[in-house]
Amino acid sequence: MARRKPPARSKEAVATAPATATAAATTVDRGMRVRTDPRFGDLIRDSRIILCCGTGGVGKTTTAAAIALAAANGGKRAAVVTIDPAKRLADALGLQGLTNHPVEVALPDAPGELWALMLDTKATFDDLVRRHAPSTEQADRILTNSFYRNISGALGGTQEYMATEKLYELVNEPVDAGGDALPPFDLIVVDTPPTRNALDFVSAPERLTRLLDNRVFRALMAPARGGLRVMGAASQLVLRAVGRVIGGDVLSDAVAFFQSFEGMEAGFRERAQEVLVLLRAPSTSWLLVTTPRQEAVEEAVFFGQELVVHRLRVAGLIANRMYPEFTPLPDLTPDSRRTTAHTPALARVHRGAVLAASHREALQPLEAVLDGRPVAFIPLADQDLSDLAALQLIADVLIAS
Amino acid sequence: MTGKLNGFFASSKLFIVAGKGGVGKTTVASSLARLATTCGLRTLLIDVERKHGIAKAFGVDPLTYEESPLIAADPAQRTAELVGRTITPDDALVEWLGDHGLRRLGDRMVSTGLVDIIATATPGIRDLLVLGKVKQLVTEDSYDVVVLDTPGSGHAISFLRSPLGLAEAVRSGPIRRQSNEVLGMLQDPLRTRIVLVTLAEETPVNELVETAYQLEETVGVALGPVVVNALVEPVPALTDFEGSLLSVRERRAVEKALAFETARYQHQMFQRQRLATVLPLPQLRLPEQPGVTIDRAAIVALAETLGHELASAGPSL
Repeated sequence: MARRKPPARSKEAVATAPATATAAATTVDRGMRVRTDPRFGDLIRDSRIILCCGTGGVGKTTTAAAIALAAANGGKRAAVVTIDPAKRLADALGLQGLTNHPVEVALPDAPGELWALMLDTKATFDDLVRRHAPSTEQADRILTNSFYRNISGALGGTQEYMATEKLYELVNEPVDAGGDALPPFDLIVVDTPPTRNALDFVSAPERLTRLLDNRVFRALMAPARGGLRVMGAASQLVLRAVGRVIGGDVLSDAVAFFQSFEGMEAGFRERAQEVLVLLRAPSTSWLLVTTPRQEAVEEAVFFGQELVVHRLRVAGLIANRMYPEFTPLPDLTPDSRRTTAHTPALARVHRGAVLAASHREALQPLEAVLDGRPVAFIPLADQDLSDLAALQLIADVLIAS
Repeated sequence: MTGKLNGFFASSKLFIVAGKGGVGKTTVASSLARLATTCGLRTLLIDVERKHGIAKAFGVDPLTYEESPLIAADPAQRTAELVGRTITPDDALVEWLGDHGLRRLGDRMVSTGLVDIIATATPGIRDLLVLGKVKQLVTEDSYDVVVLDTPGSGHAISFLRSPLGLAEAVRSGPIRRQSNEVLGMLQDPLRTRIVLVTLAEETPVNELVETAYQLEETVGVALGPVVVNALVEPVPALTDFEGSLLSVRERRAVEKALAFETARYQHQMFQRQRLATVLPLPQLRLPEQPGVTIDRAAIVALAETLGHELASAGPSL
């Protein structure tokens, strides 16, 4: 407690005194940058894509929306893509609901624009099939196949794959806003799916192509060219076993699905490659999002390491739900003469100060993976995200310059 | 208190702990399992994600597919043994194939990527395999109580819906049988209860209510009490004596800190009342933990609090 702490920054402080908050922006505590960092402003200005990754429940959706709002405040045309069926986000943005196509959020005072959309995995996959299919008939054959209907829902990595696909579309193609074609966005902020493994998001585009390349499925596609008899005895044995496990009808649907994909693999593979290039571009920033919870921090460390392994740029950290610090507090340690049973209110304040310190401490494991990159602390709010004003508070913390 | 607790644990055998990520599911599942052992019930705590939260909390090596002790039985305290294990889909699949005479193919299926293809072809099969293994353990007599810590991130619904979806998609064969058996277990209130966990905050409460109704309506599973986690105490007012100890600037900071705590307390009260109105289930309250890590002592203490809360909850348990 004796260490010098920067001025407190409660929600109230953010609302009433944004100027003093700026002064605290680069204060360094225990070697880690605290509060916000002017580099977040640069990051939001210079990025084309910002991806927010972290485990479930750390506030990725809210963070992504706040970043897009901050960009709109700075004059950009920004879009936030959410993976969640986030009715709450739609409500906060004053929208009826979110769809697979961008909808503009009314921002009377911002020089830029804020758009929002929600990933519809199946609709995105359907579009992708139509794009790659050489004929309408082939597309229809795939779209009506029950195996396809199973995998095109939000299951088994498909969501991650479609998120990257949607991202690619948004970056490279005119925006389809309900019939009007608008120029591509300046900045797209993505709330990544809450996958256990950051790899899923990065490798998802390669997964379907790998599935299409699979030896067994090559064998499965053989009947189109001469019947099951041409398959090796071993493959047949495996297939029969699979049929016993999941039922023959499921298997024949799968066979029909892969047969109807014939000739389309190259297109998919090429696209997967382009998406990977996009994810590695210098203008693509990966932000780690966490809370001080030990488990969330461990996941963030893991995500960070995975990103490094995959040559993806860790651009910074957003730490949500940080207990705010109030200074200057008196010495409140239990052995000090002032904190006794006669000082219940001071004991309560001390408890908060201990929590605030433990929240800082909890982020220490992230130091190595951050390697000096900026960190923003978003204070634990006494209320939840309920409207644009609440998002604005977070946007202000991010860009306090 | 013990009578009421025993009644609670006798009401079902499998307690599935579910809730949004970050609300403290693992802590609550661990505490609930510990509480059962203090009633002398041999308890198994299952982790389906191979997260290390449970092992960390109990200070043991990471859990594996093999059962391992978390807290030993203590005859003096009349507590039974608490055992932990994981059930991950891949392990469950290999075991399931073995049980169906397909063990020899297991390796080949893994090496050809066929396991992935089966999982892709039949969505929900991974979840079903996990639940199938849970069902086997619940049916066996090795444990009195089984506590299941579910996957986070709002996957509870799709996880528990998996047997329904598969029963529709797969029209015959062992998977269909398995789906029906698992569904039978989930829909039997004498075997299965869902314990939902939330924080007293807007979004977690909303998601909990939505999950509760969906689970009840689509899966047909019985809901137990709701655990409201991380609650703060009412805030004491600053006394004159306390005020006299502070400088003007210190007093300003202390007042701000107290105002922050008061707002938090009031907001939590508001959310608890809102939850009680929209979801009329008994609420069990757990206090906010002072740090960011949960250890064995914290679990033991939380289990005790949970016991008091259960004992003082209404008769509707």
